[in-house]
Amino acid sequence: MVLARGLRKTFGKPGAEFEAVKGIDVDVRRGEAFGFLGPNGAGKSSTMRMVAAVSPVSGGELRILGMDPAVDGPAIRGRLGVCPQEDTLDVELNVRDNLYIYGRYFGIPKGEVNDRVDELLEFVQLTEKAKAKVEDLSGGMKRRLTIARSLVNRPDLLLLDEPTTGLDPQARHVLWDRLFRLKQAGVTLVITTHYMDEAEQLCDRLVVMDKGLIVAEGSPLQLIREHSTREVAELRFGVADEGDSHEALAEKVADLGDRVEVLPDRLLVYSEDGDEVVAKVHERGLTPVATLVRRSSLEDVFLRLTGRTLVD
Amino acid sequence: MPDLALADGVRRQADYWLTVYKRTWRASVISSFVAPLFYVVAMGVLLGGFIEGDPDQLEGATSYLAFVVPGLVAAHAMQTAVGETTYPVMGLIKWQRVYDSMLATPLQVQHLAGATMTFVLFRLVTTCGVYMLVLAPFGVFESWWGPFVAFASQVLVGMAFAVWVYGFTARLEDEQAFGVLFRIGVFPLFLFSGAFFPVENLGHVGAWAARLTPLWHGVNLSRMFCLDTVDWSTAAVNVTVLVVLLVAGWFWALAGLRKRLVS
Repeated sequence: MVLARGLRKTFGKPGAEFEAVKGIDVDVRRGEAFGFLGPNGAGKSSTMRMVAAVSPVSGGELRILGMDPAVDGPAIRGRLGVCPQEDTLDVELNVRDNLYIYGRYFGIPKGEVNDRVDELLEFVQLTEKAKAKVEDLSGGMKRRLTIARSLVNRPDLLLLDEPTTGLDPQARHVLWDRLFRLKQAGVTLVITTHYMDEAEQLCDRLVVMDKGLIVAEGSPLQLIREHSTREVAELRFGVADEGDSHEALAEKVADLGDRVEVLPDRLLVYSEDGDEVVAKVHERGLTPVATLVRRSSLEDVFLRLTGRTLVD
Repeated sequence: MPDLALADGVRRQADYWLTVYKRTWRASVISSFVAPLFYVVAMGVLLGGFIEGDPDQLEGATSYLAFVVPGLVAAHAMQTAVGETTYPVMGLIKWQRVYDSMLATPLQVQHLAGATMTFVLFRLVTTCGVYMLVLAPFGVFESWWGPFVAFASQVLVGMAFAVWVYGFTARLEDEQAFGVLFRIGVFPLFLFSGAFFPVENLGHVGAWAARLTPLWHGVNLSRMFCLDTVDWSTAAVNVTVLVVLLVAGWFWALAGLRKRLVS
């Protein structure tokens, strides 16, 4: 569905260029949910805009649905659904008109657009809001409307740029549920996110991006297995221990796990058995004010690969 | 696969612009139809009553009213065009980002510009058309056919302004420069391009400066055809200037919009 080789994106005038994407290889297969995971500024959105055939490629090769975006942009976009990071809904139109008018841009006949709009409103649970103005909708509803809009041309490939950023937890779960249904219906999804839970929930396969490059690739489980231990013990020390800096404390527990990460507010000890780590920490006379043993997540993978957390 | 044809791309946006017009037509009635009538009554009838209708002084008009209205309609075409291509276009590009959402579909920059300009054309045809109809009973037209050509020239000068201001807006980061455009562009043109007095009154140099402005070409065409005082060689120059401006402005606008929206 998407094939990229050495894909690059540069902005700015010659001499003062900024390279947002520095040569990436990507393969997205039919029917899968593919993710780009990385912090803000990793180059995810720039990649997404190139895949959406709206931003010209600066270098390398890109094929979308087997076509070259530089030549067949309109034909590609006719078969894509795009849910941009910021809602670009027309706030002065009502919910229904937003979908109807957008459908007309694809050249879909009026009667057929009307039928599809009814279906889509049902699918995103906005039928009752059909006549409401967009500006009166909640953030979650606006996102669902944007997703409905991106489906109006029955796309082969759906691009979702940070689909749940800024939404409350409940709204996120509603949205994930809808996306999951789409995936089950066979729609190929490409998702960018800086939320590791979102990537774990939705993506069959993902690449981790950092500073314009891909630093790892695989299924969420594969990535965790390859780049992290089974469990993590999180140790939070109180102000009384400030005498001992986090770095100093980290040295005292370094031998208890495969590795130790020092975060501003806590230490992460990576090990196959987190409870054992916590027990040994106490045996050594150290007194963390709070401990937590959990499974490794993509967040840990990212930390391992880049030395930084996903959400700064 | 070839690109989508311009006309097809414009047609696909018809529903969008129809909805926009349904939402805004009430507001536009005042600025498009009522305000111009006030001008005609105040400047043409009431102020004009103090001015002697000497055809030698008024480019062939037998009353000041007959002199001023063809210019007023042409100037109004310019103002309508500028009004439609400043704040509303900034909204499409930046505030509501409607253009961004359109570009995610098979539509391309030229289709967006084409549909926006078609809407401006519609606004010019309706406002100038109604204006001319209202003026008919005032007895200011000297032939039956002239007003139709005058109407076409008003629409032409409006479109010539529309493409340039559209291109200007596409290159702006924010709306602050609009104030400058109105103050040092639109307003002086409105006053000094021959709509209210013969440009000869500006003196030799002033008159030639006025004749170099795009609006004068529209005012002159509009007046010559309304008063049936057509000098065909001047008319040919006027039309040529406006058509060249229109075509060049269209490409300049497309280049600016493409640079702004496709990165």
